[in-house]
Amino acid sequence: MPVQIKSAMKRRNVLNAIGGLAALSLTSTTRLLAAPRGTSRLLVVFLRGGYDACSLLVPISSNFYYASRPDIAIAKPSFELTSALPLTADWGLHPALRDSLYPYYKNGELAFVPFAGTNDLSRSHFETQDSIEMGQPLEGHKNYSSGFMNRLAAVLTGSAPMAFTDQLPLTFQGGAKVANTALRTLAKPSVDARQSSIIASMYQGTPLGAKVSEGFNVRDEVMREMSAEMDAASRNAINAKGFELEARRIAKLMKDSYNLGFVDVGGWDTHVNQGAATGYLASRLDELGAGLAAYAQEMGSAWRDTTVVVMSEFGRTFRQNGNRGTDHGHGTVYWVMGGGVRGNQVVGEQVRVEQATLFQNRDLPVLNEYRSVLGGLIQSQYELRDSQVDNVFPGVKVRDLGLI
Amino acid sequence: MTACHRSSSTTVIAWTSLLSLGLLLGCAAPPTTVTPAQTVSNPDIYALTNRITWGATSSTLEWVQSVGANAYVAAQLHPDRSATLPVDVQVQIDAMTIVKQPLTGLVQDLEKRRKDNDAIADDDAKKAAQKDYQAELNRLAREAATRHLLRALYSPNQVQEEMTWFWLNHFSVHQAKHNLRAMVGDYEDAAIRPHALGKFRDLLGAVTLHPAMLRYLDNEQNASGRINENFARELMELHTLGVDAGYSQHDVQELARILTGVGVNLTTNTPGMRKELQGYYVRRGLFEFNPARHDFGEKELLGKPIHSKGLGELDEALDRLARSPATARFVSRKLATYWLADEPPSALVQSMAQTFERSDGDIAAVLQVLFAAPQFMNAEQQKFKDPVRFVVSAVRLAYDTKPVLNVGPMLNWINRMGEPLYGRQTPDGYSLQSAAWASPGQLTTRFEVAKAIGSGSAGLFRTEGPQPQERPAFPQLANALYYQSISKTLSPATRKALDQAASPQEWNTFLLASPEMMRR
Repeated sequence: MPVQIKSAMKRRNVLNAIGGLAALSLTSTTRLLAAPRGTSRLLVVFLRGGYDACSLLVPISSNFYYASRPDIAIAKPSFELTSALPLTADWGLHPALRDSLYPYYKNGELAFVPFAGTNDLSRSHFETQDSIEMGQPLEGHKNYSSGFMNRLAAVLTGSAPMAFTDQLPLTFQGGAKVANTALRTLAKPSVDARQSSIIASMYQGTPLGAKVSEGFNVRDEVMREMSAEMDAASRNAINAKGFELEARRIAKLMKDSYNLGFVDVGGWDTHVNQGAATGYLASRLDELGAGLAAYAQEMGSAWRDTTVVVMSEFGRTFRQNGNRGTDHGHGTVYWVMGGGVRGNQVVGEQVRVEQATLFQNRDLPVLNEYRSVLGGLIQSQYELRDSQVDNVFPGVKVRDLGLI
Repeated sequence: MTACHRSSSTTVIAWTSLLSLGLLLGCAAPPTTVTPAQTVSNPDIYALTNRITWGATSSTLEWVQSVGANAYVAAQLHPDRSATLPVDVQVQIDAMTIVKQPLTGLVQDLEKRRKDNDAIADDDAKKAAQKDYQAELNRLAREAATRHLLRALYSPNQVQEEMTWFWLNHFSVHQAKHNLRAMVGDYEDAAIRPHALGKFRDLLGAVTLHPAMLRYLDNEQNASGRINENFARELMELHTLGVDAGYSQHDVQELARILTGVGVNLTTNTPGMRKELQGYYVRRGLFEFNPARHDFGEKELLGKPIHSKGLGELDEALDRLARSPATARFVSRKLATYWLADEPPSALVQSMAQTFERSDGDIAAVLQVLFAAPQFMNAEQQKFKDPVRFVVSAVRLAYDTKPVLNVGPMLNWINRMGEPLYGRQTPDGYSLQSAAWASPGQLTTRFEVAKAIGSGSAGLFRTEGPQPQERPAFPQLANALYYQSISKTLSPATRKALDQAASPQEWNTFLLASPEMMRR
């Protein structure tokens, strides 16, 4: 493990030295090593708050669904613009994604995994998010400072991880060095190069030393990548905002410099008035869809070997609550998108959606446990050996859904 | 107060000579008692002051020196309610709408305004009116945040102010929801600050019945037959027992039923209800318990029945939650995490929890155990500063008793570092772990802020409004405290960096950016 971390660090140093040209030249170096390929890209998008999966992937063949949600159901596919978009005989897609992600689904680059999630039953946002980010077995001793994406970064030779968040998320905490940079807002730095190096010198040899110099390196790299955007913005060339703008920036960095990314999107805890085809949740889905489509577009030719996974801590109650919203539930829907993904399908173990199949007569059940699903995904994407997958998700029984 | 505005060099002479003469006259907050000479050495006093307050300053150190460490800590745990802020600061606070207008009238006026706006026929006029309404809400929330920072900077009762931040974070609300921006000032001032060092049960009761919390966690929507579990779950998971305390989904549902009808009423009307329910109706300001929305069925919580009926059920439930040993452990651990270390020693947490139980949740008594523990002064245990503490401690150090006229720049720095007051979206509050604030991206931003503070007055001494006034000011970091205490704590690498500074501005920047200034 230390050797792999070291080589990952080395790669970053080279990257920092030669900037955008690095990706090409390193592909060959990486292949010389008999280790998993870290050159394909993976972005994990975490929807914090437990998004209402039944509004995204609509069980259109379930009368029980329409009976349970008199005010917030999405209508069966029809010519109405507010109806669900047809995916399969049983499933439809929220109409807010008509222009952004529906084309990717039809084009075979987007798939959904319903009944996904964790067996953690606390129904607490925080507990469940932490548990998923750690990616460890629910039973037994937990290491609270080791996340599954950090372990993945350590397993992959040539991984260049980056959290596109204000704070380093739990999933990226652990032994491998991972930097973070939030891209929602960008400001030109005022601490100059000389001052940066003097500040860094104060931290040399301290526990924060590596983080301080990494922070300055990332800052410089972001500024290089974004200088074009900043110039363009001053001519009003960019009108994207919110997550779409952020996603485009992430793509710019992941095209050239980073191949393992994480970003989180909040605002999904819809206890009250969540809306249906339009309304609050629809606008959140619209922004997310536009962002992911922008990301795919911005990646250009690199989209070919890029995978995006969208996940959330849990689904919400199957029935609407007393306030035309939904409460914390259990099973959810994961999205898998990418240039090399076998899309245009709804995959994994499934059951008919009716009262008898609800978990605790309340929520969608979890039939596709997240560690086995993600384990299968990274195994095929990176051609990992079983033992390597086991390093990332200890004790996992891998389930290959054939998505890559 | 004017006598306190001495230059830093005279301050040194003043307090040392006073000490030697035994004339113990404090300054920023005059101590009233005289205690025997202290055996604590100067660097220890600095470490203690830095740890106990929002950040060491020359004047605070002078006070601690004069009354002695033990008396200072005791005074902090049992704050003098008549203590005053510097006049310039009090004037800023007294001018605030949130101070001049009580919450009930303020919110009722705003509600009327909102409804009147909705009724405006002309689209443009309506839009303009709605924009003004939103701007007013923003202004009120900014007043609250401003007052919070002014008190953190200048209140003699530092521990009370820190605990106010701590409980605001423990009982976190997000100002962006509904009209919470008009409520956060009162939430902090009426529900939290008075109980910040009091009994946990009183604090819990005040917070649970405050309209800001009831709106934030959707309990105003929670009614019999239309259950909303949101508040019930967080009340046990985040506010009292903690997530692994052994309560069940059934307990969440039962507490949600107990909470039915507990809500807010932003109007002056009283809802109609059947005669036999009227005796249960409770109205206090904006708070309302509406028995017509309450589930009067039998209930049990944590394996025992609830005996009361109506709002009394909630009192009974809060008693049970506040007095659970799980709550004592959960709260004690969180306090130790905030004040001491990411992973506080479990024996210490246990002894705090015992005091919590024995004293019926006396927060000051629990803190006393923590402050008196040998680990508390252990240099290894220095806690990494979160962004709010970094900014407040830097401004305290740079300007000490010269009060800033505008905390706007501080609010911006804190926002930029991701820890705005009343700005946490989720009810868990900001992380108390160092790792949450010490990532590469955050450190880079923190150095930007260090440079902004170190390079000049940064707008802190320029008032806002149509006729801004500016007072000349410059951050005085090479001050008495620096030469007396801070310089002795610096590593060779930090000293070398300071030697390379090409200007006072740069020297300030390097000092504020140094590893030593990252820890309390």
